[in-house]
Amino acid sequence: MPTPPRVRIQTADFDLAAEAASLRAGDAGVGAVVGFVGTVRDRHGSAAPSAADRVETMELEHYPGMTERAIESMIDEAMRRFDIRAARVVHRVGPLQPLDQIVLVVVASAHRGQAFQACEFLIDYLKTQAPFWKKETTPEGAGWVDARVADDEALARWGIGAGNAGPGSGTP
Amino acid sequence: MRIQLRYFASLREALGAGETFEWADPPQPPTLGALRDHLAARGGRHAQALARPRALRCALDQTMRDESTPVHDGAEVAFFPPVTGG
Repeated sequence: MPTPPRVRIQTADFDLAAEAASLRAGDAGVGAVVGFVGTVRDRHGSAAPSAADRVETMELEHYPGMTERAIESMIDEAMRRFDIRAARVVHRVGPLQPLDQIVLVVVASAHRGQAFQACEFLIDYLKTQAPFWKKETTPEGAGWVDARVADDEALARWGIGAGNAGPGSGTP
Repeated sequence: MRIQLRYFASLREALGAGETFEWADPPQPPTLGALRDHLAARGGRHAQALARPRALRCALDQTMRDESTPVHDGAEVAFFPPVTGG
């Protein structure tokens, strides 16, 4: 059976349980599987919600070819840094709505510690270095989402300058 | 020097998806930053989209690079806003 791709960019939804099962299929050396799912949220729960916080739709754009390659190299880097056996990333593009799933990261390893770390590393890396752009539509109109300095800071913990929302290099 | 330009997100909305661009008499070294400045100097919507100090990122042949990276004939160069995936 051919090896499933490590990176998929797709409009279709995904199933965490099915991806986790397929990632560890046939590998009895796996003792831990960690998964992260990112979902579309509105900002209704924010301190002072306004019409601009009511996200109606979110459109995801990417750079076909580069996006896949960028995430592939992030998985290569995760395999170098952590003792993990397999990793997979699925990212959706196109129109999405609040509550929809956007991104999945699943990592399998012998013991839980490395899988937890590698999963967090991968989502931190992807947030600031994979070419995706979100456009939100609220009752006040449509607008591109701003990059967050907090995401650069999350990547800095792994010794990588993000240079996305703030200055830095983007390379380990 | 012939460059395949690509734009994404808000830059794509302002400038289109891209174009084949002939960079006549590029400076040495012909860096991504110099190309950005050259394109911004066309004025109008190019100036609005590309002029400094707007925070933009760029890729050379589909890999993220900083603006000091030199480009080559036949390169694919992309300019885009900071990324917001995940």
